[in-house]
Amino acid sequence: MTAAQAAERLCSATCVARSASIPDGTPDPDAEPILLSVRGVSHYYGARLGCRDISFELWPGEVLGIVGESGSGKSTLLNLLAGRFPSSAGSIHYRDREGVLHEINSLTEAVRRRLLRTEWGFVHQNPRDGLRMRVSGGGNIGERLMACGSRHYGNIRRAALDWLARVEIAADRIDDRPLSYSGGMQQRLQIARNLVSSPRLVFMDEPTGGLDVSVQAKLLDLLRQLVRQLRLSVVLVTHDLAVARLLAHRLIVMRRGEIVESGLSDQVLDDPQHAYTQLLVSSILQG
Amino acid sequence: MMPQATYETGKRLAGRNAVSYNFAYLDEQTKRMIRRSILKAVAIPGYQAPFGGREMPMPYGWGTGGIQVSAAILGREDILKVIDQGSDDTTNAVSIRAFFARVAGVRTTTATAEADIIQTRHRIPEQPLREGQIMVYQVPIPEPLRRMEPSETETRAMHALEEYGAMHVKLYEDIARHGDIATSFDYPVLVNKRYVMSPSPLPKFDNPKMDQCPALQLFGAGREKRIYAIPPYTSVRSLDFEDYPFTAQHWDKPCAICGATDSYLDEIITDDAGTRMFVCSDTDYCGRRAAEKRSAP
Repeated sequence: MTAAQAAERLCSATCVARSASIPDGTPDPDAEPILLSVRGVSHYYGARLGCRDISFELWPGEVLGIVGESGSGKSTLLNLLAGRFPSSAGSIHYRDREGVLHEINSLTEAVRRRLLRTEWGFVHQNPRDGLRMRVSGGGNIGERLMACGSRHYGNIRRAALDWLARVEIAADRIDDRPLSYSGGMQQRLQIARNLVSSPRLVFMDEPTGGLDVSVQAKLLDLLRQLVRQLRLSVVLVTHDLAVARLLAHRLIVMRRGEIVESGLSDQVLDDPQHAYTQLLVSSILQG
Repeated sequence: MMPQATYETGKRLAGRNAVSYNFAYLDEQTKRMIRRSILKAVAIPGYQAPFGGREMPMPYGWGTGGIQVSAAILGREDILKVIDQGSDDTTNAVSIRAFFARVAGVRTTTATAEADIIQTRHRIPEQPLREGQIMVYQVPIPEPLRRMEPSETETRAMHALEEYGAMHVKLYEDIARHGDIATSFDYPVLVNKRYVMSPSPLPKFDNPKMDQCPALQLFGAGREKRIYAIPPYTSVRSLDFEDYPFTAQHWDKPCAICGATDSYLDEIITDDAGTRMFVCSDTDYCGRRAAEKRSAP
């Protein structure tokens, strides 16, 4: 199979995913095999603790929120999941589109990068980290398609326009550089750039972090819609419990590198059991 | 072919300025080091092999990479031609030719057909190259991905894993901005179906000449200390899109001096009233054709 054919197949895979309508809520775990399985993962920066003994599972179509205060090991965990560096202990298994199981810690760089551009997405808190600022909006969206072997300008252009429309960026901004976009637009462009190759699993690190409240609300709305339409699995790191409640099906609460509580979002937020979770929930500002 | 270290040239020079040079300026150990890099580069077409670049008696950007490659491969019997923008008589070409005539005592020429080694900046001669000839290119920026990706570590990983999507992003940007692929020089090529390579500031007009070329092509970047190569008869394909295929430049008029229609033309402004003419950039080719025209009316 040539790279171009692979890209075509990816595109057709999106259409299928798009047409299937998924009811809100946690999907039936029996329907499909586990997407991501984390077993006893720990990470130390030298003698300093990053995270300890983390275990959880992620199912296709599920949004998992990781909440906790700053320094609790959320981002460390996210980076471990995406294979940015190997964990000190434990195993992380990911099942790809073909059903092949990959152990993230022992991935070769070539496979890790292939997964990153075909199966995964990574939305950074600061869009400048995830975008090419000197390349037009259209080029930013098209890069992944070209990396997957697409060599037809017209098709790439069409996909870029389609995605700009989906993330509510005006079509006439396609040739502008992200430098001229507002913060919210940059973040939406980053999301479009990640989703264009129809990934199955998206890692988000505080996707609404630097945005003001009204822009945040719009972005969350958009994210929720896309996640449902495309049936994405998401690992969402946030310190904002409101964001977690809105997007996540399940929550993991972390403190000092360990999971202190986990469960369905509403359950965790409405009836927190652990003292730290109770503190977190009670410190949400009331309008 | 390679000469032993010798004092002959040095002795000859010593009378003049009391400084003695090894044959072709560089010492033999340096030449061996550069030759090792050249061999590696030839073995992996399009791969940028590092080498320990030396200080040369000229600034970076004037062809220090090309000179070091030439010095390393130059033999006593070789005939050297140097061109700059296709021309044998511009400052840089004259100086480099004089440099080697002085420190190596080799014969030099302006005729493409006679030359064994042709050091060049910007052009490949119009006259087709033959087996046994060596092209030496002076390269300012060897990394084709550099404009897209500033990190050297990252670009090396991209080459190693054949991740060349970013290179097409550059071409995409051209089409989005200008309506077609506006890159007219340093147009990226895929060598031997594996490595994406920067053909130095060559106009894209010359890109097709690199494909299946009978001559050995060596690229030297002095500042970046990289050598890469295209062995004879290697596939060199210019990158493009299916719906925007690669095209070379073409001109509506023939050369104003020799009437050639198949050569790369330079625009020359002849007065301050906007009068201009288009002439071959390859002076040897143009001069030869003009002389033939004069002798056979």
